[in-house]
Amino acid sequence: MLNLDMSISQDKAISVKHMYKKFGNFTANDDLNFEVDQGEIFGFLGANGAGKTTAMKILCGLSIPTSGEIKVAGLDIYTQTEKIKKKIGYMSQKFSLYEDLTIAENIRFYAGIYGLSSNQIRERRGELLEKVGLAGKEKSLIADLPLGWKQKLAFAVSIIHNPSIVFLDEPTGGVDPITRRQFWNQIYEAAHQGITVFVTTHYMDEAEYCDRVSIMDKGKIVALDSPSALKRENNVNNIYDLFLKIVR
Amino acid sequence: MIVADKLEKKFGNIQALRDVSFEIKDGELYGFIGPDGAGKTTLFRIITSLMIQDSGKATVFGFDNVKDFRKIRNITGYMPGRFSLYQDLSVEENLGFFASVFGTTIEENYEIIKDVYIQIEPFKKRLAGQLSGGMKQKLALCCSLIHYPKLLVLDEPTTGVDAVSRKEFWDLLKGLIAKGITVLVSTPYMDEANLCDKVSLIQNGTILKTDHPGAIAKGFGKKLFDISSDNIYQLIQDLKANRNVDSVFPFGQSVHYTDKTEDVSEQKLKKFLNGKNHQDVRVKEIEPGIEDVFMKLMQMKEE
Amino acid sequence: MKRFLAFVSKEFKHMWRDPRTVVILFGIPVTQLLIFGYVISTEIKDAKIGILDHSKDEVTLAITNKILSSGYFILEKNLSSPDEIEELFKKGNIKEVLVFENQFARKLVEEKRAHIQILTDASDPNTATLLENYTQGVLQNYISEYNNINGQIISTPFRMYYNEELNSSAMFVPGSIVLILMLISAMMTSISIVREKELGTMEILLVSPLRPIQIILGKVIPYFSLSMINMTVVLAMGYFVFDVPIRGSVVLLFFVGVLFILLALSLGIMISTIARTQQVAMIISLMGLMLPTMLLSGFIFPLRNMPEVLQILSLIMPPRWFLEALRSIMLKGANIVLVWKEILILTAMLLFFIGVSVKKFKIRIE
Repeated sequence: MLNLDMSISQDKAISVKHMYKKFGNFTANDDLNFEVDQGEIFGFLGANGAGKTTAMKILCGLSIPTSGEIKVAGLDIYTQTEKIKKKIGYMSQKFSLYEDLTIAENIRFYAGIYGLSSNQIRERRGELLEKVGLAGKEKSLIADLPLGWKQKLAFAVSIIHNPSIVFLDEPTGGVDPITRRQFWNQIYEAAHQGITVFVTTHYMDEAEYCDRVSIMDKGKIVALDSPSALKRENNVNNIYDLFLKIVR
Repeated sequence: MIVADKLEKKFGNIQALRDVSFEIKDGELYGFIGPDGAGKTTLFRIITSLMIQDSGKATVFGFDNVKDFRKIRNITGYMPGRFSLYQDLSVEENLGFFASVFGTTIEENYEIIKDVYIQIEPFKKRLAGQLSGGMKQKLALCCSLIHYPKLLVLDEPTTGVDAVSRKEFWDLLKGLIAKGITVLVSTPYMDEANLCDKVSLIQNGTILKTDHPGAIAKGFGKKLFDISSDNIYQLIQDLKANRNVDSVFPFGQSVHYTDKTEDVSEQKLKKFLNGKNHQDVRVKEIEPGIEDVFMKLMQMKEE
Repeated sequence: MKRFLAFVSKEFKHMWRDPRTVVILFGIPVTQLLIFGYVISTEIKDAKIGILDHSKDEVTLAITNKILSSGYFILEKNLSSPDEIEELFKKGNIKEVLVFENQFARKLVEEKRAHIQILTDASDPNTATLLENYTQGVLQNYISEYNNINGQIISTPFRMYYNEELNSSAMFVPGSIVLILMLISAMMTSISIVREKELGTMEILLVSPLRPIQIILGKVIPYFSLSMINMTVVLAMGYFVFDVPIRGSVVLLFFVGVLFILLALSLGIMISTIARTQQVAMIISLMGLMLPTMLLSGFIFPLRNMPEVLQILSLIMPPRWFLEALRSIMLKGANIVLVWKEILILTAMLLFFIGVSVKKFKIRIE
């Protein structure tokens, strides 16, 4: 069992109440309300422009909401933003590891940012590489790795400091189906060890891997429940059809 | 008809295409399904004459892609990845530009793009950079169609676009086929394969298999089981630990399993899992889908 | 032809809608106005001077006193011989040397005229002019105060060293033309072409019936026009506002201008074949073109003063030849006979660069 750096008081990993985010006249996030339990895999779906990225940025502490009560890892998003950043991990498809550095250098960099000591870094690096299947390859440049390995590595690095929550922004874009599933195995593993996983994706079938799923459309949450419950309620066979039914 | 015969292409140390051969009939909606790095873009660039292969032949409606490249360019519409548009020109201006480049006007071929253009016409004065992803995609499609090409080549047109726009886009493609255009599409989304007339599964520069989507599961060779229980994570671990395990892959709320032995059955698996204290065990033998086929072929290649 | 025009029209649209273009079009003339016209003429205070007094009588001392208490000047050194003058100027601190002829007081009273030489450092002509004026002013004051002396002090201003040109604007205007043309023609063109590559639209253009030469010409025409307009504006501003002469033929001037513009355009195209992103194109243009233009063309730093190595290097710099031709035509009134060498060299360079860019411009993606 990992030694997670969890805040003592709150039960919920993420708690969002009446969150609004406005840019001038445009309301990107319109009265969002939801909670995520510790150790849950929470899927965040929606069309481009629906407000997913905006919401995620706020939860990561990268942006301040217009209004609303938001707690991440038990900490208040307005007053304890810096503390929150120490407890969360982040990975996105667009950028993760530095292509021109080696695996070891990337690990040292990111782990260092999160305050791990050199000993801790060395220890966890070994574990990490073993798990991902790249043992002994710490001197390889990221640029020389195939895309699938990069993704898996990036995820492992994003949780190297044992955060209580990890945010994944479209993490599996463009990867072959086997690697995608290996990636999700990693996610399952992390959730099993108590890390809360907050993930956005365009692959509708991946939504089914989540414990619960929320669908955003035009700034609002239009559906929030477990995949099976949502399918049952709307009389559809898969999340793809669910999406088509609910959005538009 | 588009014919490729043993195409090879290398970039430095990387073999981008290896022994790639296929045949596309006139008026077919043909898909290349595979992840990033599979070689789809390289292949398309060779077919549209933007790149020259190291060896092998490619002909488009009888024109050789190396010697007759000008002829190919006149009858081909091409939409490269990231729907390249001029962000600082309006919808109208983009379309007008591409029309003139091909020596035509928007009015002349309006019929061809009508179904698509109608969806973005209300925004025709808006700058392309200010359109949503789905609309950019449709505009890019119009721009590649405006000269009524015989062949339309679309490189990952649905990547990064939401599910609804993706579905609408494929409906539009079907409409184009009805007008006699041959459409060549690449996509990393396996489920889109089912929407094509014929597909080639491509990975690491080689074609794993080519067939009609309905028939592609032929020769899968193993029984495929869809299994679920109350604890997915544990289910995966236990199945992986099974003596005769061949493959275990999560598939949403259930797991797809294949076994090394011939005499595996639903009952046997159920018994095995109940023995491991799983509740709500459901085991069903199913027909393999495109993704199952793709992964099996990948595994076979690795062996 | 129609598709070519469509392409050109698109390029013009891009150019207008790019904020950089607006900055160049309007920002540059305004900046010039400020820099050359008014910023350069600054007030001088505490300029260091040297005094070579051959007389050392009460008049020269009185004048010296007056000069030093005017607030404009500070005495750096009292020279004892003319040989020291050159040394002093070379060191650079001194802006002016006043030389009183011997027996100054006596000549003033008896012959009714005495001579002073005002020597100034002409490598900073603006300052030199001002200091001369100040000095003259003090001398006039002296005369009018002591008008019982009905004599004249004849002062001879003398520009020493480093510069024959009297007008600082005259020095800068041709140079700024070179710089601006390089900026617009080379850098903007290369950025424009690379932008197509970055966006991915270049692929579509290549696959279309548009021929590569049409693509190149289309990219180049808007910036050619912009360059011509800017060159005209700068020349006009120089001529009408800053009194920069155009002593030679205007037609010849523009001919050489067009030659250089074409050269810069082809450099831009060449850069675009190497650069993969707009930022790289910009950096190559700045480092590889602008910087050498500013430093090695003779624009700011006179070539004669540079070490041999750099002087040789400047021989292969197109801006250097263009600048010479410009200065010759504008300031010396040279006709084609006198600038044939520069024209020949520029033409040769142009053909070379066009050849290289055409070869390197790929009709396929590699």
